[in-house]
Amino acid sequence: MILNELAITPELVAQHGLTPEEYRRILDLIGREPSITELGIFSAMWNEHCSYKSSRVHLRTLPTKAPWVIQGPGENAGVIDIGDGLACVFKMESHNHPSYIEPYQGAATGVGGILRDVFTMGARPIACLNALSFGDPKHPKTRHLVAGVVAGIGGYGNSFGVPTVGGQVRFHTRYDGNNLVNAMAVGLAETDKIFYAAASGVGMPIVYLGSKTGRDGIHGASMASAEFGADAEEKRPTVQVGDPFSEKLLLEACLEIMAKGCVIAIQDMGAAGLTCSAVEMGAKGGLGVTLDLDKVPCRETAMTAYEMMLSESQERMLMVLKPEKEQEAEAIFRKWGLDFAVVGETTPSMRFIVCHQGVQVVDLPIKELGDEAPVYHRPFVETPKPPVIRAEDVYAPVPLAETLETLLATPDLCSRRWVWEQYDHVIGGNTVQRPGGDAAVVRVDEGPKALAMTADVTPRYCEADPFEGGKQAVAEAWRNLTAVGARPLAVTDNLNFGNPERPEIMGQLVGCIRGIAEACTALVFPVVSGNVSLYNETKFAGEESGRAILPTPTIGGVGVLDDFAISATLAFKAEGEAILLVGATQGWLGQSLYLRDICGREDGAPPPVDLAAEKRNGDLVRALIGERIATAVHDVSDGGLLVALAEMAMASGIGAQLDASPSDIPAHAFWFGEDQGRYALTLRANAVAAVVARAQAAGIPLRHLGTTGGDALTLPGERHMLAANLRQCSESWLPAYMAGGPA
Amino acid sequence: MKAVVLVFPGINRERDMARTLELVAGAKPAMVWHAERELPAGTDLVVLPGGFSYGDYLRCGAIAARAPIMEAVRRHAECGRLVLGVCNGFQILCEAGLLPGVLMRNAMLKFICRDVYLRVERSDTPFTRGYNAGQVIRVPVAHGEGNYIADGATIARLEGEGRVLFRYASPDGMIDPNWNHNGAINAIAGILNARGNVLGMMPHPENHVEAAMGSTDGRGLFAGLVDHLERAA
Amino acid sequence: MKARITVTLRAGILDPQGRAIEGALRSLGIAGVASVRQGKVFDIELEGTDRGAAEAALKDAADKLLANTVIENYRVEVVG
Repeated sequence: MILNELAITPELVAQHGLTPEEYRRILDLIGREPSITELGIFSAMWNEHCSYKSSRVHLRTLPTKAPWVIQGPGENAGVIDIGDGLACVFKMESHNHPSYIEPYQGAATGVGGILRDVFTMGARPIACLNALSFGDPKHPKTRHLVAGVVAGIGGYGNSFGVPTVGGQVRFHTRYDGNNLVNAMAVGLAETDKIFYAAASGVGMPIVYLGSKTGRDGIHGASMASAEFGADAEEKRPTVQVGDPFSEKLLLEACLEIMAKGCVIAIQDMGAAGLTCSAVEMGAKGGLGVTLDLDKVPCRETAMTAYEMMLSESQERMLMVLKPEKEQEAEAIFRKWGLDFAVVGETTPSMRFIVCHQGVQVVDLPIKELGDEAPVYHRPFVETPKPPVIRAEDVYAPVPLAETLETLLATPDLCSRRWVWEQYDHVIGGNTVQRPGGDAAVVRVDEGPKALAMTADVTPRYCEADPFEGGKQAVAEAWRNLTAVGARPLAVTDNLNFGNPERPEIMGQLVGCIRGIAEACTALVFPVVSGNVSLYNETKFAGEESGRAILPTPTIGGVGVLDDFAISATLAFKAEGEAILLVGATQGWLGQSLYLRDICGREDGAPPPVDLAAEKRNGDLVRALIGERIATAVHDVSDGGLLVALAEMAMASGIGAQLDASPSDIPAHAFWFGEDQGRYALTLRANAVAAVVARAQAAGIPLRHLGTTGGDALTLPGERHMLAANLRQCSESWLPAYMAGGPA
Repeated sequence: MKAVVLVFPGINRERDMARTLELVAGAKPAMVWHAERELPAGTDLVVLPGGFSYGDYLRCGAIAARAPIMEAVRRHAECGRLVLGVCNGFQILCEAGLLPGVLMRNAMLKFICRDVYLRVERSDTPFTRGYNAGQVIRVPVAHGEGNYIADGATIARLEGEGRVLFRYASPDGMIDPNWNHNGAINAIAGILNARGNVLGMMPHPENHVEAAMGSTDGRGLFAGLVDHLERAA
Repeated sequence: MKARITVTLRAGILDPQGRAIEGALRSLGIAGVASVRQGKVFDIELEGTDRGAAEAALKDAADKLLANTVIENYRVEVVG
């Protein structure tokens, strides 16, 4: 007999991450003391990860609708209509803390989880992206974390068989104890064959599918929302292990039974496994659920009800099947060698009832488990606005050419080839634009339609000014999609912050969300899915309060191209073409990489985003790509204009003769300032006049920068910057560092 | 050309391969499940595609090499009919003993996905008649264990009998350790069996058959097979 | 009966993983490590009590699947 009873003490309540007030709320709700299994269920449902209790009131302010949005936030993933009866299903989710404790498995299971979120909805995954933040390269753990996380992402995605086509990697000392792993998956489905979590019909069989249940990750969902202390290393046993082989079988089996019309509702067993999935299915469908744990396939012996309800074993699903199709579905799962067990049924009672060894161990009101979760209006203080740094006040310590070479070899600007070569980015045979460009482009089936995708955020801007930083993250994603010629459609947001119980951190969260909301509204770029990861901070020995990460609201953007052949890449295409800059430049050095990595200052206000200009400039660039007038396009962002031009030269081997900078802006500010809403593009010489006229008519600043040609970038008064040398600067740092070289 | 693509659990480039065969040969290949014991009657070409069969949890290709369908593949090869193994398919053929040698962990110990250059060593085989001897083609690789190794006698025999069909090379066709990303002995990327009807190769020609995807250099292999079978008929 | 099959690379076969581990041990300052070869261990539970038959079955398993004798050696132990 397995014992499911344990006296509830205040210590036990606290260990479950529930405050005394929250526990009182539970007592009021059920009118008695909960069983230990029930306490575990409340702790899972009411923690930050599942209930969004600190962020919910603010998330409600995000725009989530547009004519092409089929499903906004609240399901496993967001769904948008991309035309011709097809839908794009996508979401980004964090797996931060597990990836710190065990980088390979933490990152791998992060990828596995987000892939399941997408194929649970009936979509076949066609691409993955990720946004990774690591600590200072000099920190002794950083190399180990980079190696493990990258290998884990590759290990899972490569084996599962989805191309990993893009993302971000950054380094900053504020991620020293809390690296971030944000994984995004994009899938394709037919608009009339999307599957949801809501159960329907009384007495329908609830079926458990996939791998067996073990003691993995028990309290993983609670761990994912708890601040790290010195005992983080001891939490290792609770990290789940990924099995991409089983997940690939699960994908094929799920898509097969969906195609056969067997499925009424389906839910991935992710955080808090069986608990969250069963409660959501019932609550969303307005039904009760009864589970019999004796039927759950277990990998380990003598598992308690508590352990089964909270296990986070990977590669599992819960489904409500059409009763008449049960045998057909079971045969398909057996063919793929996966476990299949009827573990319960839907009921009219609106109760969540769980039995184990013939005894009822849980009897809770299903709707209230989710709906009555606490919602907090946490106090916050706005981040004080930093002063604007005038370009004239920033002294230029080194010549431009040397500055460029230095910047290209910094950890944040150098080539990420070492990372993305470990990801299979060509499987599927549809990757039109591979990693290294502004956005990845993946053909939809046989084309000509294609999807563009990107993941962006600039955390140092968010730290300095959360509102402008939030706007910038959205604008940057929109701009990257535009730069390949795509029509931006929607975003998924992955909000990574510190402890929301600290008003200054809460202020960052609130500010960023306000900025995201404003930019998404102005650019008609709604949020359709997302995830919040809070408490990303570490208490270092001898410190009073934790040290939080930089606020990192990662934005995953998706756009559509009607014909992938009409798109742009950043490489210069031919000699003798005109290079133009779209958008206004004032030489904004505050929070720039120039200021940080050349001058050693991390300060000032970040560049503001003028959303109206953003839209105007982007719409012009997209039109020029669509009309096949622009021959190469690149978004101007981190590192500024000269870095962008160097990237265009490095990608092609073709250089450029550049004009002198305007006399009213210091040269270093013109070339390395990070003013927003700008694109560098090339045109055939005979197309310039018409484009200049068009920009003028639309009130868009346009500036002639030079002409492509030769094998070097040349600037009046500076030594030649050979494209091959620049490439050497860009390509060397990361492989050398990972091989044990200097940070 | 009547082609068959084998599907083992965990294989993941079967769709890429089927699409390429259809594109180049004009007919959809049959997808044959690993648990089958017979190939469809009249099969000309059996393809073992890339992926991670059975998760590659024991050794790459080891478990798939013992699958029920592999007996039928062995008989097919013994009749002199064509077999092509790509990536995991190459590993399976080695584990099944249809090709000599083993694919070990890449010398750099990392999975590598990038375009590589291959020197085609011969054009007088069914698999390479679409190319010229000495031609350099660009195709992607995507593997963690592609480092070909065999004992000295086997290597000497492979080389002596002209059974190395593809080698990793520089863009101008030179054999150079800097262009041998996985450390394979003699830069071997693909080999033939003694009879000349079974080819195993690590790179993915099936991913470079459309200009829109960056290159059509892989097409020659499949077009050559179609041509060979048409002439034989 | 419990048995253990240990699979290791044959002498002379390059073992890049073993070499990387060797380097890591040295950099951790663990003294006196001359060389490292890595391998796999399979713990197997068998039905029946006939030791001879068990050893034969295990050898068969190693030859047919667990080891690739082109590059690997194995050792079978019936531990009781």
